[in-house]
Amino acid sequence: MKRALPFAAALLILPLAACGGGSGGDAAKAAGSKGPIKIWYANNPEEIAWAKQMVQSWNSAHKDQKVTAQEIPAGKSSEEVIGAAITAGNAPCLVFNTSPAAVSQFQKQGGLVPLDNFPGAAEHIEKRSGDLAQQYKSDDGKYYQLPWKSNPVMISYNKKMFEKAGLDPEKPELSTYDDFLAASKKLTGKGGAKAAIWPAPSSEFFQSWFDFYPLFAAETGGKQLLEDGKAQFTGPEGQRVADFWKSMYSKGYAQKEKYNGDSFADEKAAMTIAGPWAAKVYGEKIDYGVVPVPTSKGTPAADTKTFSDAKSVGMFSSCKNQGTAWEVMKFATSRDQDGKLLETTGQMPVRDGLTGTYADFFEKNPQYKAYADAAAHTVEVPNVPESIKVWQTFRDAYSRSVIFGKSDPESELKKAAAEAEKLAGQK
Amino acid sequence: MSSPARGATSPGRLRSLGRNLLGLGFVSPYLAFVAVVFAYPFGFAVWMSFHDYFFTAPNVVVEHPFVGFENYVTVLTDPDVRRSFVNILVFLVINVPLTVFASMVLATALNAKLPMRSFFRAAYYVPYITASVAVVGVWLWLFSSGGLVNQLLGDLAPEPSWLVNETLAMPLIAVFVAWKQLGFFIMLYLAALQNVPKELYESADVDGASTVRKFLSVTVPGVRPATTLVLIVATITGANLFTEPYLLTGGGGPDGSSASPVLLMYQRGIEQGSPDVAAAIGVLLVLFVLVVSLINRKLTERG
Repeated sequence: MKRALPFAAALLILPLAACGGGSGGDAAKAAGSKGPIKIWYANNPEEIAWAKQMVQSWNSAHKDQKVTAQEIPAGKSSEEVIGAAITAGNAPCLVFNTSPAAVSQFQKQGGLVPLDNFPGAAEHIEKRSGDLAQQYKSDDGKYYQLPWKSNPVMISYNKKMFEKAGLDPEKPELSTYDDFLAASKKLTGKGGAKAAIWPAPSSEFFQSWFDFYPLFAAETGGKQLLEDGKAQFTGPEGQRVADFWKSMYSKGYAQKEKYNGDSFADEKAAMTIAGPWAAKVYGEKIDYGVVPVPTSKGTPAADTKTFSDAKSVGMFSSCKNQGTAWEVMKFATSRDQDGKLLETTGQMPVRDGLTGTYADFFEKNPQYKAYADAAAHTVEVPNVPESIKVWQTFRDAYSRSVIFGKSDPESELKKAAAEAEKLAGQK
Repeated sequence: MSSPARGATSPGRLRSLGRNLLGLGFVSPYLAFVAVVFAYPFGFAVWMSFHDYFFTAPNVVVEHPFVGFENYVTVLTDPDVRRSFVNILVFLVINVPLTVFASMVLATALNAKLPMRSFFRAAYYVPYITASVAVVGVWLWLFSSGGLVNQLLGDLAPEPSWLVNETLAMPLIAVFVAWKQLGFFIMLYLAALQNVPKELYESADVDGASTVRKFLSVTVPGVRPATTLVLIVATITGANLFTEPYLLTGGGGPDGSSASPVLLMYQRGIEQGSPDVAAAIGVLLVLFVLVVSLINRKLTERG
């Protein structure tokens, strides 16, 4: 059993570190300052490989501005580690795995540098990411993150399990809720699957990004959970999505118990909601196909919105050589490095005109084409104050009413909406 | 007359001071540890709970205004927090008596001349020193809906299954924790049993007392000081429950029925950036543990 000691120690250490640390100085001076910097990146093998080559490439051309890179230190989540590092004043200059949902909290902590401080930064972001960039602006109109890569989530399905259930493995009918429910019935019946699809039914705040939110984005044609401070999920579209998932759980097509492992890889579930990373993870083990997430009436693939599951690059205020940090940010999100990211990780750079820019890659790797098309239609989490509290509030209500069916989703989500609006209105 | 008297007391004082200095030297590392690791954080947590506080970068200066009982009002009006305290009470009601009873009985058995006694003593201690994460993995395999326990139970398996059953999730965690901690408490009782005079058992034998009678009339009263310690330690560690609801029931599920106050402290304080609210939960938890420990003490003293 874990005692309260580590938590108490964290409460102790963070403010002590806050008192003892020292950084920053004049913002303008820091923005122009050049020299060595530190960066953190994610710890999956593909991103490690990309980061190592990027750093090597930068360092070979900038001996006086050496980048020292390491994986994000272990913790329950990257956000927790980064939050503690901000408070302690020992955050690196750049983190290539900053969750957009955590940006408002890091911003409130004074941990992030507004990138608008650098000449041409907003132009670089908007030119690279096109209209999608607007979703990453904070409520003061500034960019505290550079939208880096997305993992537009889609429905991956196991062709062998579909065939066994008597479903067309090449062009399965999964575009409407009715189609999806009918296919799920066959998969769990004749197909013998333990679940048609098995999203994690646990209570973590981010789990709704992989069940409710992609379908909500698709059903609404691209609405965020909150827009202009108003909750969007209590409308008829949100209700339809909630009802759909409630049916999936009540009919036993989705399991209420968390699977210990990867239900899709273990062929316990015939479908999963995943991004392009799936190609590298499942590609050699499972013969699978990809379709957009369903909507109530069925939406053409080209018009179907989905959740981005994106990660940004954040620059942290403890960085002394911010001038170099900004140059590294630009370098790491250049056309060349974005191409290498695509090749190494299969994840989509948040770049306008992806399929045209890297036409050769998509020709050689057609399995990524659907994701690239979806990448242009992604919806981000709303960049609002108290974002994580908002998501936890939503998750609790969803869990209670949709997964466990203990209350009516309509009234439960309305209560969550009132609370979410109150939270998002806080400064 | 006065001079010799002064002369007589002075060396005594010095000796006394000398002894105190030596004693102080021995206890000072622990005092420093308590002051730095427990007293200061606790004081700071109490301060935080009365202020509008959030963690900031070192170069950011923000005010932390005094807010009185606002954080406590937030906490006490939050149904999730109230429920977590009820959950932990359920946990303690099951876990603490089970821990005391099982560890006392097993310690008595392991104190007898059993074949392979050393093996059994070590076996009970293994779960205690094994990482919770690893042991939780085994219990997930045992108690998931398609797990070994449900397969053995067949039609008698609960529906919904253990870990997603609102009524059974917290009791299962209470049993898990009792099992995992058993080795430590058995060790405490084994140590206490060495101090129970053998003559008492011999007298009981002469009087023709049965094994159960000897256990109730000799062993239980003989290890009462250890029972008080076990009760208090089990209550304190139980009230600080975190890992099991975090891992075993997927973040306090189903629907918050196994959420503990410390799990909510983690969510509010670390994940959601409201350490002031988390601190208020922490202070209430300390008061809760104090009250429960006081009740435990009164009960064992009366017994």
